[in-house]
Amino acid sequence: MQTNTKARVPRGSLLTDPQARAWVFQIVAVIAVVAFGWFLFHNTQTNLAHRGITSGFGFLDNAAGFGIPQHLIDYSESDSYGRVFWVGLLNTLLVSVIGIILATILGFIVGVGRLSPNWLIRQIATVYIEVFRNIPPLLQIFFVYFAVLSPLPGPRNSLSLWDIIFINNRGVQMPAPSAGEGFWPFWIALALALVAIVLLNRWARARRHATGRSFPVFWCSLALFIGIPWLVALVFGGPFLWEVPELQRFNIRGGWVVIPELVSIVLALSMYTAAFIGETVRAGIQSVSHGQTEAATSLGLRPGRVLRLVILPQALRVIIPPLTSQYLNLAKNSSLAAAIGYPDMVSLFAGTVLNQTGQAIETMAITMSVYLAISISISLLMNWYNKRIALIER
Amino acid sequence: MTTHIFKPDLPAPSRDIGVIGWIRANLFSSWVNTLLTLLGLYLIWLIVPPLIDWAIISADWTGESRADCTREGACWVFIQTRLSQFMYGFYPTELRWRVDAAAWLAILGAAPLFFRQMPHKVRYGVAYLLLYPILAYWLLHGGFFGLEVVSTSRWGGLMLTIVIAAVGIAGALPLGILLALGRRSQMPAIRVLCVTFIEFWRGVPLITVLFMSSVMLPLFLPENMNLDKLMRAMVMVIFFEAAYIAEVVRGGLQAIPKGQYEAAAAMGLGYWRSMILVILPQALKMVIPGIVNTFIALFKDTSLVIIIGLFDLLNSIKRATSDPAWLGMSTEGYVFAALVYWIFCFGMSRYSMHLERKLDTSHRI
Repeated sequence: MQTNTKARVPRGSLLTDPQARAWVFQIVAVIAVVAFGWFLFHNTQTNLAHRGITSGFGFLDNAAGFGIPQHLIDYSESDSYGRVFWVGLLNTLLVSVIGIILATILGFIVGVGRLSPNWLIRQIATVYIEVFRNIPPLLQIFFVYFAVLSPLPGPRNSLSLWDIIFINNRGVQMPAPSAGEGFWPFWIALALALVAIVLLNRWARARRHATGRSFPVFWCSLALFIGIPWLVALVFGGPFLWEVPELQRFNIRGGWVVIPELVSIVLALSMYTAAFIGETVRAGIQSVSHGQTEAATSLGLRPGRVLRLVILPQALRVIIPPLTSQYLNLAKNSSLAAAIGYPDMVSLFAGTVLNQTGQAIETMAITMSVYLAISISISLLMNWYNKRIALIER
Repeated sequence: MTTHIFKPDLPAPSRDIGVIGWIRANLFSSWVNTLLTLLGLYLIWLIVPPLIDWAIISADWTGESRADCTREGACWVFIQTRLSQFMYGFYPTELRWRVDAAAWLAILGAAPLFFRQMPHKVRYGVAYLLLYPILAYWLLHGGFFGLEVVSTSRWGGLMLTIVIAAVGIAGALPLGILLALGRRSQMPAIRVLCVTFIEFWRGVPLITVLFMSSVMLPLFLPENMNLDKLMRAMVMVIFFEAAYIAEVVRGGLQAIPKGQYEAAAAMGLGYWRSMILVILPQALKMVIPGIVNTFIALFKDTSLVIIIGLFDLLNSIKRATSDPAWLGMSTEGYVFAALVYWIFCFGMSRYSMHLERKLDTSHRI
């Protein structure tokens, strides 16, 4: 059937000819798959007809008629199922993005901690990794949700941080920004500052290449980044108005509410994924040979710069591919939100909408394509980045 | 002629050796390190003493009901009274010996495989893998040879978790190997089919797959064919894990030097024989740690069956914590669940590391 040689084997009989056999085998396989597909399709048709379900995506225009506790775009009960889709998608993306950012930060800290010269820090990082990666993420979500957040006091007795942020069993309530007088000038100033920083960096690099003199780029950039928007805000007035939540008789009104489901899923997922990222980071740093550190040190670089200029750029090449699959895992694990009722893609669409409409195939197809699309886009993005930083060899 | 006599070497300064030297080198070598050490100590002081106090010192260990939990620490009475439910689910009490028997058979049957000198190890292993599932099905489910049927809806607890994980891996391994071979096949149609299958299952979360098993699978099957909930979930888990196993095995196949394929062909071996006799034994040995890691992931993933209402370990505990007689026990319940999962997963990951060292035949120093 299969040979590694490209040369044509002399044909004995058709029965023993590798290429003929390969053709037959493939045709049989394709026919089998098509027949199986048709079998499923036929069964589905009969079953749907028996249950009186009409297939099609027309149901997306019908009114949903249920409320959603967290929506990033405007939503009301009279909106359509199509709108529910966008709400769910945005909620899933929200969890994934916040989770990925937190997990990356925590994971790099833990990974570097695993290699710290300090014995105690090394042990703490190891214990962290071994504890968190060996407990199912769903259990961690349940633990944060039912054992940590639920027993918090009610709104009346909220824990408050400086009377601005309130934490209670209904979530975290914090000040909400809205556009103030200096809103647009502030963003323009910020953009100007960024442009100025890029130009400054170019100029400094060109001068360093020409004359060898260095320029305190970081501090100047920081001054530009903070200074220009601040000056503009002084002239045009504050860019944001903050609506601070207020404690009323039974409840806290106003401000942004972060629902406890979101808090627990983000916390649990980022702690779980950080354990894996930590191991990835450790392996990446260890893959850079010690000679590199010694060479950099003998050139007179300080430890921070050795890490930043010599170790990390080389380690990142090893870290990026497994890091990508961790990000993908986190995005897929965000569907665990369904288990505690966070209104994500799965719980809204494969849960509520499916139950209301009975359109099992359509809703499942939509939900699964969303995750497939997320997976494919993250891996394309990371492949592109990976190609950019890959070692260019002769 | 006078010979110069060296004075004997002085011992190293006491502050550089022994306990003090170690502490200086590892904890206080610079001011940054000192700061980190203090931070670490503060963290430990913040977490460990309260934890020990809660879990051991001021915990209640004995009693029958909630009223016996009078101290402010953990109430382990809750776990004690519900332990059998966490282990067996709703399996009839008088028939639980069958679960125990299946477990002991699994352990005793597999034990000889861990001895290096055991003769006919491969043959024994294959026979065990073929016979045990039948025996286990007979013991757990019953229905023939005089054992009464216990329907899968009464299965639960840790037993169900282990059953799903074991069936999942036993089904996913052969399917995954076939998929990996198909993905490396030179027949384009086979390759495309396998790549599509693998990438589809790897791209979707297990939760949606389980949802699919409960809402879509009944539509796909002929009307008179009725698989129960557990069977449907297992089929989906097998497909899902097979895709991951396939990628692990593919890594092993790719690591085999081309010379091995060519040598096998030169010996006159056909495709299947060269795979079974030459390539797969080497490739599988190389990826055993990867397979164990996939199994650990599968073991953790079994907790998701809560979504379709199966009562595995996590769901049994979750249900027990919402019992009105035991409200407010969620911390104890989840800590216990975490401990059980942790022991299994940590044990398996240590075993995988041990295998990695044992199977490492490269001649590194």
